Amino acid sequence: MPEAQRVLVAGEASGLVLALDEPLSFWGGFESETGTIIDQAHPQVGESLAGRVVTMAVGRGSSSASTVLAEAIRLGTGPAALIMREPDEIVNLGAIVADELYGITVPILIVDEPTFIAIAAAERATISPSGTLTF
Amino acid sequence: MTLTLDSRDEAMLAGDHGDAVALAMRVITRVAASMQAESLLDISGAHIDSCLYHGQAGLDFALRLADDGATVVVPTTLNVSSLDLLHPELYRGDDHTRSQALALMEAYEEMGCKATWTCAPYQLEDRPAFGDHIAWAESNAIVFANAALGARTHRYGDFIDICCAITGRAPAAGLHLDDARRAAVIFDLSAVPDRLLELDVAYPLIGHHIGKLVGTRVPALTGIPAETSEDRLKAIGSAGASSGSLAMFHVVGSTPEAPTLDAALGGNTATTHTVTAADLRVARDQLTTAATGGRLGAVSLGTPHYSVAEFGRLVELLDNRHIHDNVGFYVNSGRDVVHEIALRGWERRLTDAGVQIVTDTCTYITPVMAETYGVAMTDSGKWAYYAPGNLGLEVVFGSVEDCVESAIAGEVRRDDTVWADA
Repeated sequence: MPEAQRVLVAGEASGLVLALDEPLSFWGGFESETGTIIDQAHPQVGESLAGRVVTMAVGRGSSSASTVLAEAIRLGTGPAALIMREPDEIVNLGAIVADELYGITVPILIVDEPTFIAIAAAERATISPSGTLTF
Repeated sequence: MTLTLDSRDEAMLAGDHGDAVALAMRVITRVAASMQAESLLDISGAHIDSCLYHGQAGLDFALRLADDGATVVVPTTLNVSSLDLLHPELYRGDDHTRSQALALMEAYEEMGCKATWTCAPYQLEDRPAFGDHIAWAESNAIVFANAALGARTHRYGDFIDICCAITGRAPAAGLHLDDARRAAVIFDLSAVPDRLLELDVAYPLIGHHIGKLVGTRVPALTGIPAETSEDRLKAIGSAGASSGSLAMFHVVGSTPEAPTLDAALGGNTATTHTVTAADLRVARDQLTTAATGGRLGAVSLGTPHYSVAEFGRLVELLDNRHIHDNVGFYVNSGRDVVHEIALRGWERRLTDAGVQIVTDTCTYITPVMAETYGVAMTDSGKWAYYAPGNLGLEVVFGSVEDCVESAIAGEVRRDDTVWADA
């Protein structure tokens, strides 16, 4: 079973995979009330992130993304987990603060390229607190 | 690599300075670990983006800190909020959001932050000096501080900004360190005709173009006339931090860490992208969603907040003419800059001409513009990038001259002669 290269936010999660074709800016590109992508220029506009194991290679956009992600996690409309190729502190902050404030953990893992591609093609994925991926 | 904390950090983490400081230090250490920092460092200032309301989570966090009596230990400025406190009648949002946004603003003021309410803290009298370590959030401010001032901030998001301000500490990682500040890619603009580079309109387009290509690398720009103005650096940075994640760049011959290309690279080898006038024309068209010639409904300038020099140019271009009655003409700026232009007699002249000055906030993040009938124009790459999605408006990007002439005529006009052979 593949292991994460790095565990940025540790936790357990399981869900259907949503592989983002392009990075998403949570601020301006995503609506926390509904959990859907609203960036008209994003290829997956209209898709929901709620409860999904989301693969997104890198982060993008505004400093405010941290608050929007934390708000979505509070409302239960955020992703179940984020699988990335490169760390993005602004995204991490949203998950860290949601954990600190509400005790809701959304794991964020950094994985290598083959694992990233394999998980993006999978239907479901499960993440362990140590960063083991099952899909 | 493991994070080593000093005794002050350990004491804060252990709760010796209260629960709020402990929470702030926990957030910093968790982020520091994710950045693979080996230690924390002292900062001399902070700029807070978390004061802009995006939902209950932001308010919950601020109140957790403020209600425990946390206060900032370094000079701390506040970014735009959702409300224009000086022109409250402009707000067209709902009452619940208004009261939540106000509570958030009050919480940050209670923690000792200065009520600057500007996204351009680098236009304030007190601003960071070369080499200062700071914790700034707000993407355009981050990139300006790094590139134009040579101050050092990582690309911080909401929450950690205030955590750094109340602990005085930040992760010793990322753009705080020499290695990460060196250029890893070159954009050569020497093929762009000088007549284009002499115009302000080129600079947001340069930013938009490189922002899309740069990823997380630091670019060095060559072929731009030396001593590029701060307003032009602001335009490059803010557009590049919207189309991409630009947090640092060098303009060889203009920015403080790039007296030469070699200095900017610091030993790195880098590939070179050639930028042409055609690339900038493509950028212009990407920032434009409507045709010219139609009815103009609004103009918005000042994203990021307008500077004194930009206001001076606007007064000159208006030349005592009046904005067309069908056009809402908005200029966003900070209180301090507006105070300065009032002293110069310009605020009155602009108001008489039909200009609505917006302070404390910005037209693309909060409902302050009156209902717009027709296309909106802007000279801001950032506003043009976000307004179609945020406000549902059709947008034409143009020069400030185009915006003024169109606003007087009431029709979308753009002088395309400069692009004739691009």
